[in-house]
Amino acid sequence: MTTLSFDSSLDPILSRRAEIQKIASSSVKRRRVYSRIGIAVCLLCLIVACIPLLAIIGYTVAKGLPAWNSAFFTKNMLPEGIPGGGLYNAIIGTVIIDAIAIAVTVPFGVLGGLFLAESDGPVAGAVRFAADVLTGVPSITIGIFGYIIWVKNFGYSGYAGALAIGIIMVPVIMRAAETALRGVPINLYEAGLALGARKATVARKVTLPVALPGLITGVLLAVARGAGETAPLIFTIFGNQFLQTNPSKPMEALPIAIYSYSSQPYNDLIEIAWGGALLLMAVILVLNVGARLASARLRRERR
Amino acid sequence: MTTPSDITQTIGLTTQEVFVAQEPGTTKVMGLEDVTVTFRGRPAVRGVSFDAYEKEVTALIGPSGSGKTTLLRALNRMHDTERTAAVTGKIMLGDTNVNDRSTDPTLLRSRVGMVFQRPNPFPTMSIYENAVAGLRFNGVRKKSLLDEAAESALVAAALWDSVRERLKVSASTLSGGEQQRLCIARALAVEPEVLLMDEPTSALDPIATKRIEELIGELKDRVTIIIVTHNMQQAMRVSDRCAFLLMADDRSGELIEYAPTSKLFSEPDDPRTLDYVNGRFG
Repeated sequence: MTTLSFDSSLDPILSRRAEIQKIASSSVKRRRVYSRIGIAVCLLCLIVACIPLLAIIGYTVAKGLPAWNSAFFTKNMLPEGIPGGGLYNAIIGTVIIDAIAIAVTVPFGVLGGLFLAESDGPVAGAVRFAADVLTGVPSITIGIFGYIIWVKNFGYSGYAGALAIGIIMVPVIMRAAETALRGVPINLYEAGLALGARKATVARKVTLPVALPGLITGVLLAVARGAGETAPLIFTIFGNQFLQTNPSKPMEALPIAIYSYSSQPYNDLIEIAWGGALLLMAVILVLNVGARLASARLRRERR
Repeated sequence: MTTPSDITQTIGLTTQEVFVAQEPGTTKVMGLEDVTVTFRGRPAVRGVSFDAYEKEVTALIGPSGSGKTTLLRALNRMHDTERTAAVTGKIMLGDTNVNDRSTDPTLLRSRVGMVFQRPNPFPTMSIYENAVAGLRFNGVRKKSLLDEAAESALVAAALWDSVRERLKVSASTLSGGEQQRLCIARALAVEPEVLLMDEPTSALDPIATKRIEELIGELKDRVTIIIVTHNMQQAMRVSDRCAFLLMADDRSGELIEYAPTSKLFSEPDDPRTLDYVNGRFG
């Protein structure tokens, strides 16, 4: 006589469920350990990747901060052995050169990016490819290009430096602008068209304003990239011991000052070079962080 | 004393059939008590209590924003992935409180499967690999068990006949409806006790929808189903019980009424339910 039992073995599904749940719960410890190991490895890689950045920042701050005094920011460069020199001329030179480069490249970059975002044709493909290649061209090559195009014809000048820096910035802005503009939902674009607007009107009134946070981020990141370049300037602005605010003349810039001072055998000049490196790094850091904060804030305000 | 063999001999069934033929709506599988889901402290679903029964389909209905999907995702701890979300209340699966911190979410999810709005088979895996993915994730290595579970799940999802010859083919070659049925098979292969379905037909055409709905009716003997649907007719066609959710003035979802589907659609207790099922709003 058999006894009444709703044993799970009677139902193939129930018995399989029991077997699977047994395997799942007996392996859960092992799986948890694997998962923890995986997360630990990720964390370790993250830390290793951050070490160089933190080390560079720490070392530059330690070496450069002592050079920061009022003379550093307000006095021009002085020859070795004479105390009280600063990098005023280099700071002003960098500001002027980068301002010219930004003023010229932002319209090119943003409008080019708009074209790339709106068009998928062969021209856009070629431009996109060219921009990507240009991003990868070594900056010293661009310096030589600036030398041949400008310096050979008009001599060393701030304009030549701005040209070389601008060439580095344009593709960065263009691709960032394209990404930002492509992020604008297509239905906004269609809503504009459906009201009888022309493509250009929709772009100006709808697409560009919506993409503004991304555009600002892209521009600031490109500026940060351009401001730190040394090689394009070596061939184009020549360097200048004195304050020069006329960009048609040879000028000084922070990267050049760092480059020339750090190769001098005089401790006071090397210290000023560290100070310059810290300043440049701080500016770039501020630009990067500022870019993110600015776009995050714009996005928040719009909600 | 009556023995099972006596019973089976008398009524001419095997013991197994007696087992399968158990009365639906008698065994509680999942019980919700005062379940609240908040995002950044703002409630999206508030104070929901109801029970889901074995061999039944329970449908969550209500207008957009009433918290149906939010509630469903609480039932297998999917809100764990959302930092801003918090779930309070009791969600009992057997004698396990789903919402207890000590409940391992991965083990829980092998008992409570889920099918999403859009078919999401893993694109780099073959049909077979998709079907056994959940088993592999849960540590099953035995080939015979994998094969058996895959076949059983694909048969149950009405997909076996059309894919048995091409199990090694990428899952992305299937049509949308087939992909969704593969996702159902993938969830079934783990032999969960509960299957959560989040508007499983909203991305499908009417013919594929019909097949999924037929499937739901066939599957409820195997697994308890809780389905979110936007479509009242679908809830009427597939479900045994219905929970009607509606947002309160502060826009958080509340359970207005929970009843057998036939009652909820014909003579609901709450006038708001009547208005909704008659299409007067929503």
